[in-house]
Amino acid sequence: MANLTVRSRVRRQLPTSPWLFAAPGLLVTGVFVLYPFVSTLVNSFTDRRTLIPGRFVGLANYRELLHDDMFWTGLRNSTLYVLGVVPALVILPLLLALLVQKNIPGITFFRSAFYTPVVASIVVVGLIWVWLLDERGLVNSLLEAVGAGRVGFLSDQWLLLLSAMAVTVWKGLGYYMIIYLAALANVPRELHEAAAVDGAGAVRRFVTVTVPAVRSTMVLVAALASVSAFKVFSEVYLMAGPAGGPAGEDTTLVMLVQRTGTGLTGRVGYASALSVVVFVVTVGLMLLVLRADRRDEA
Amino acid sequence: MSVIEKVRPARTPAPAPRPQPRITDEHGRRIPVWELALRYLLLLIVLALTIGPFLWQLSTSLKGPTEDIFSSPPKFLPGRPTLHNYDRVAHTIPVWDYALNSLKVAVANVVTNCVGSALAGYALARLRYRGRGVTALVFVLAMLVPAEGIVIAQFTTMRDLGLNNTLVGVLLPASISSLNVLLMRNAFRNLPYEIEDAAFVDGANSWQRFYRIALPSVRGTLAVVAIFAFMGAWDDFLWPLIVLSDPDKFTLTIGLNYLHGTFANDERLVAAGTVIAVAPLIALFACLQRYFFRGVGEGAVKG
Repeated sequence: MANLTVRSRVRRQLPTSPWLFAAPGLLVTGVFVLYPFVSTLVNSFTDRRTLIPGRFVGLANYRELLHDDMFWTGLRNSTLYVLGVVPALVILPLLLALLVQKNIPGITFFRSAFYTPVVASIVVVGLIWVWLLDERGLVNSLLEAVGAGRVGFLSDQWLLLLSAMAVTVWKGLGYYMIIYLAALANVPRELHEAAAVDGAGAVRRFVTVTVPAVRSTMVLVAALASVSAFKVFSEVYLMAGPAGGPAGEDTTLVMLVQRTGTGLTGRVGYASALSVVVFVVTVGLMLLVLRADRRDEA
Repeated sequence: MSVIEKVRPARTPAPAPRPQPRITDEHGRRIPVWELALRYLLLLIVLALTIGPFLWQLSTSLKGPTEDIFSSPPKFLPGRPTLHNYDRVAHTIPVWDYALNSLKVAVANVVTNCVGSALAGYALARLRYRGRGVTALVFVLAMLVPAEGIVIAQFTTMRDLGLNNTLVGVLLPASISSLNVLLMRNAFRNLPYEIEDAAFVDGANSWQRFYRIALPSVRGTLAVVAIFAFMGAWDDFLWPLIVLSDPDKFTLTIGLNYLHGTFANDERLVAAGTVIAVAPLIALFACLQRYFFRGVGEGAVKG
C-alpha cells in the first residue's frame, strides 16, 4: 500500500485539468464541424468563390435558388427519394427481422450474410449494381432468358432513380434488420400467445401485436432512413454519372452542392445556400417524424 | 409468463405420424416442419438476393478475356478462372497504393477516434468542472449537423489550413466523431463508481483512474468505436472525392470511381477492382461480427 502511494505521488505531477481530456475532441469538433457549419450559414449570404473572397450579397443566393431549374430538379429528386425509400426501409427490414428471429440451425450465418451489403462501401455496391443492371448485364440476361425484353435501367431518367432507390434499400436492409431484432427481443411472448389463443392468424398477430410493440423503433428507423435518403449522393452519382443522368434530370440536392461548390471555380456562396436548404429540410424531416410519433400516441 | 409457458407444451397436440426433427425455437417450442421448410426457402431467396450480387462480381472478375460475360442465359461460373484481371487493374491504376492510402486513413481514424472519444467521454461522464454542460452541448449539437450540409465549408477550411489534397485532410473531419464521444460517455457512465472512489482515496489522479481503471472496463464499446471508425474511413466517398484532386493521393473508393469513369466498358477490370476494395472489409466483418451488430444497436438507440 505504501508502495502504491509513493508511485501515485510521482504520477500526480501530470496536469489533471478536465479540459485536457476534452480538448482533442472539442478542437476537432469545433474546427471541422461547428466552424464549417457557421461558415456555411455566413457564406450563403455572400458571393464567395473558391479562389475569390466574397462580398455580402444579402438574400441574392436564395432568390437565385427560386429561379434555378436545377435546384427544383434536385429538390424533387431528393424528396422522391425519401418517399420511395423510407416506407420500404421501415417495413422490409422488420419482415426480415421476423424471418431471422427464431434460432433455427444456421441462422447466425443468414443474419451475417444479410448484413454484408452494409459492410461494403457504397462505391463497391454502386458499381456492382451498375454492372448488374447494365444493358447487357445479369438482370437483363435473366429477363431475356425468361422471354421478357431487355430494360434500359440506367438510361431512362425515372428507371435510373428507381434503380438507385432499390440499391439504397438493398444496402440498408441489414442495418435496420439488426435494429429491429433488438426491438423484437423485447416483445413479451405472452402477447403473441394470447393473440394466438384468440384465434388470430400470423398476419393478424403481425398487425395487432408485433407492429404496436415495435412502433417506437419503426419511428426511429423512419427518422434515420428519411434523413439519410434526403441526403443521397453516392448511389445516384455512381449510377447516373457525375452529370446526373440524361440532361442532369437525376441530379439530387447534395450532388448539386458538390457540383456547384467544388473545383477551382466553385461557387462557394451559392453552394452554401443549397447546403442550408439541405440542413433545414433534414431537421424538418426529423421533427416531422418525431411529431407524427407523438400525435399517434395521444 | 410462467403459467402460459408451462401449459403450452401440454396443449400442443403432437400425434406425429413420422418422427419430426427436434428443432425448437428459443422458448423450447417445436417448430412444425412445413414452417421450417418455408422459413429456409425464404432465407435462401433473401440470401441469393443479398450475396448473389457479390458472387456475380467475383465471378465476372475471374473470367478471362475470351469468355463471354454477356451471355443469356448467364453463365454463373467462370469457365477457366484466371487472376489476369487483377493483374490488369494493378497496371491500369496504382491500386495497391490506393489500398495503402485507404489503410493509412482507416488505421489513423481508429486511433484518433478511440483516443479522442475515450478522453472526452471520460471527462463528460466522470470529471466535474465548470463548462462540462457546454462541452456536452457542443458534442450533441455537432452530432445533429449533417455532414453533407457542411462539406463545402469543410473544404474551404482545409484549403485555409493548406491541408486539401492530403491524406491528413481526408482524415481530420471525422477523426473524433461526436457520436463516438457520446457512446463512450454512456459506457463510462454505466460503470459503478465504487472502484474509482477507492482509487481516488488511494490518491490516484484522474489520468490514473482513467487509464488504469475506467478504460479497461469499457473495452467492448471501444472495440465498437474502433470497428466503425475503420469501416467509416475505408468506405467513405463524398468527402475524399471533394478534398482529393491529385491521383497520387486517391483512396480506394475514389480510385474505383476513377476506374469506373475511365474504363466503364471493361467490366472485368472494374469487377476486379471492386473485389479488391470489398474483400478486406468482408474478412474483418467475418472475424468480428458481434461488434458490428452491437455497434448498430448502440449507435442507433443510445446515440
